Amino acid sequence: MRGSRRPVIVAVAVATAVAIAACSSSSSTSGTSSSSSSSSVKVTLTWWNNGNTQPLLGVWQSVAAAFHATHPNVTITVVPIQSDLFTTKMPIALKSDNPPDIFQQWGGGQEATQYTSGKLANLSSLSSGWISELGPAAAGWQVNGAQYGIPYDQHVVGFWYRKDLFAKAGITTPPATIAQLESDDAKLKAAGFTPIALGGGSRWPDAFFWEYFAVRLCSESVLQSSIKAVNMTAPCFSQATTDLTAFMGTNPFQGGFNATQAQTGAGSSAGLLANGKAAMELQGDWETSVVPALASSTTILSDLGWFPFPQVPGGAGNPTAVLSGGDGFSCTTGASEPACDEFLQYIDSTGVQEELVSKANVGLPANSAAEAVLTNPALQAAAKAHAGAAYDAEYFDIAFPTTAGQALDNALADFFAGKGSNSTIINSVSSSSGH
Amino acid sequence: MARTQSARAAAAGRDIVSRPAAAGVPKSRAPRSRRRLRKAVELTVLIGPPVVLFVGFVIVPMIFAAWYSLYNWSGFGPLNDFIGGRNYTGVLSGPVFHQALEHNVIIAVLSVVIQLPISIGLALLLNRRVRGRTFLRLAVFAPFVLSEATTAVMWYELLQPGGPVDAVLKGVGLGGLVHYWLASTSLVLYTVFVVATWKYIGFGIVLLLAGLQGIPPELREAAAIDGATPWQATRAITLPLLAPTIRIWIFLSVIGSLQLFDLVWIMTLGGPANASTTMLTYQYINGVQRTQFGYGATVSVVLFAISLVFALAYQRYALRRDTAGALTRAVM
Repeated sequence: MRGSRRPVIVAVAVATAVAIAACSSSSSTSGTSSSSSSSSVKVTLTWWNNGNTQPLLGVWQSVAAAFHATHPNVTITVVPIQSDLFTTKMPIALKSDNPPDIFQQWGGGQEATQYTSGKLANLSSLSSGWISELGPAAAGWQVNGAQYGIPYDQHVVGFWYRKDLFAKAGITTPPATIAQLESDDAKLKAAGFTPIALGGGSRWPDAFFWEYFAVRLCSESVLQSSIKAVNMTAPCFSQATTDLTAFMGTNPFQGGFNATQAQTGAGSSAGLLANGKAAMELQGDWETSVVPALASSTTILSDLGWFPFPQVPGGAGNPTAVLSGGDGFSCTTGASEPACDEFLQYIDSTGVQEELVSKANVGLPANSAAEAVLTNPALQAAAKAHAGAAYDAEYFDIAFPTTAGQALDNALADFFAGKGSNSTIINSVSSSSGH
Repeated sequence: MARTQSARAAAAGRDIVSRPAAAGVPKSRAPRSRRRLRKAVELTVLIGPPVVLFVGFVIVPMIFAAWYSLYNWSGFGPLNDFIGGRNYTGVLSGPVFHQALEHNVIIAVLSVVIQLPISIGLALLLNRRVRGRTFLRLAVFAPFVLSEATTAVMWYELLQPGGPVDAVLKGVGLGGLVHYWLASTSLVLYTVFVVATWKYIGFGIVLLLAGLQGIPPELREAAAIDGATPWQATRAITLPLLAPTIRIWIFLSVIGSLQLFDLVWIMTLGGPANASTTMLTYQYINGVQRTQFGYGATVSVVLFAISLVFALAYQRYALRRDTAGALTRAVM
């Protein structure tokens, strides 16, 4: 799930980020106007976020301090918590009488699952004046059309590739169709490289392949209704399995990919790409913050390029659609309003968004006005594809209710390991126990 | 023995206090009640805190787990979807749980069949006066000091395709043995077992060495004088006298095997395709990751029941001579 990715990303980026983080405490960001919360009543907001390592840790602390400077009556208590712990901490916290006022929120079905606790604050009316700045990105944080969470960054999944290895294999332009991808794979193998690195040991990277085939093959309406109904019996999902099976038959991945982790160490899939052993990896835009720490070359980022998941013949999906997601926050019902909403608005203001992108490597900003600070050409290409997408398909494990999403991830990982079939994938979400 | 002594002491105590009572002096009640009070205070102070901790952190959570296991509960919202024994049917009839249980049993059996003889052999060797004995003891014990997480990360890196383990095998001309140690569904469980053995063998050796220290050397010397070979002395004297330690080791090892989690979780997440899943990885995936806390609680209860049954049966049948008088009453 999305939540388990961030800490690793942040952790591996520590080395490169120490210098940047050193300046983060001294800089404050120009804030939004302090409006209604300027009353004299002092309030404290407890903020659980997953910025438990630098550079995000420092950036969040400076954001909290800067907000307090413009809103002297609001004090933010920053509580950094490692991402995976939210899975166990949130159910308990939302059952208690004293949940955090603001907490990390990945949206989708997971948010809908938390919504049943009755402790999530409906931010629709409070945020109605400014949420349009985020465009369609905010929709992923709605439950039944109401805004129960607000994103602060966005992610898009696509192929990261080594321009130098492509050149050595004689590939001049990135593949636009699956057939071209397969023929490029063959060229890369002939040149002695693993075409695609896959972190199957971490499970969720497997899911990206099947999900992208589904996004290309299913129409937007089928995709949306299937996610909503937690039902994948539409024929396009089975076709995705068929096409994936054919693609896997060309052996595009490194040997032993079932045990390869996604981001840990030089032997991980990101490490294989970083060290030129593999030419491509299907990953989110956090790749640019993961790869440098795993690479022996200091110029690795300039060797990387990005292209969207190729077209699949006969697909009913819009060819520009992207698999995406993001990070955000929710307020709980006990949080002082409008202070909580104002704080989330402040996080999405251009200044803070730019700081998050340039200093904390969060990926793509939720507020596209801050995209100007993206400097890496590959990341710019990813941002452009995201901006030009006809629609976003949220990672299925987040879009579905947690139980179903996790069951799907496991069924897909089993399938990649040679166990299971199309029916185990399709049925994983509906019989979501899947034990 | 202990019981007899305490009974005698108690009887003596009764005698002492009964004498002044017989004299009919009411003053005697004061020291008796004071003694009782002192005993009560002592018991409260000494046993109270552990009892509170034990009840609070072991008994109460167990009761809660048993209660949650009767509900379909995501962890959010009220506990209102009572489903009786459906979670238990789900766990006990689930093919993946059967697989997990089978893996735990395989690890437990392999521990006893492979780790135990190796531990005994090395302990016997290290008990002899050999050059560098202290260093060797330290070396075999060192892996046990590492945390499971460190061990798992280290071996994960060593076992990478083309990694150090493969390089060593190729270097000594055994390149044909190179496999995908963690990616092969038929090998991964045994790879995990080898890593667990590497980590825990030192613990077994230290335990057995302590047992060996308790065997008087005179017994072997007497046997040698009577013409026994060293092997005969080991078989007929050392091993039987080491048996209580061996029985304890087996107990700890089996319980440890049933509760295997950290190593597996970090190295493989129970994969690929559940090929290395254990009852606890199964519980984490189905209970915590999928937010089915009722179902996860059920797995805990089942695991607890399995461990309890094993522990009680083992205490009753295998350990009864070792624990005679301490835990059991009527022991031959």
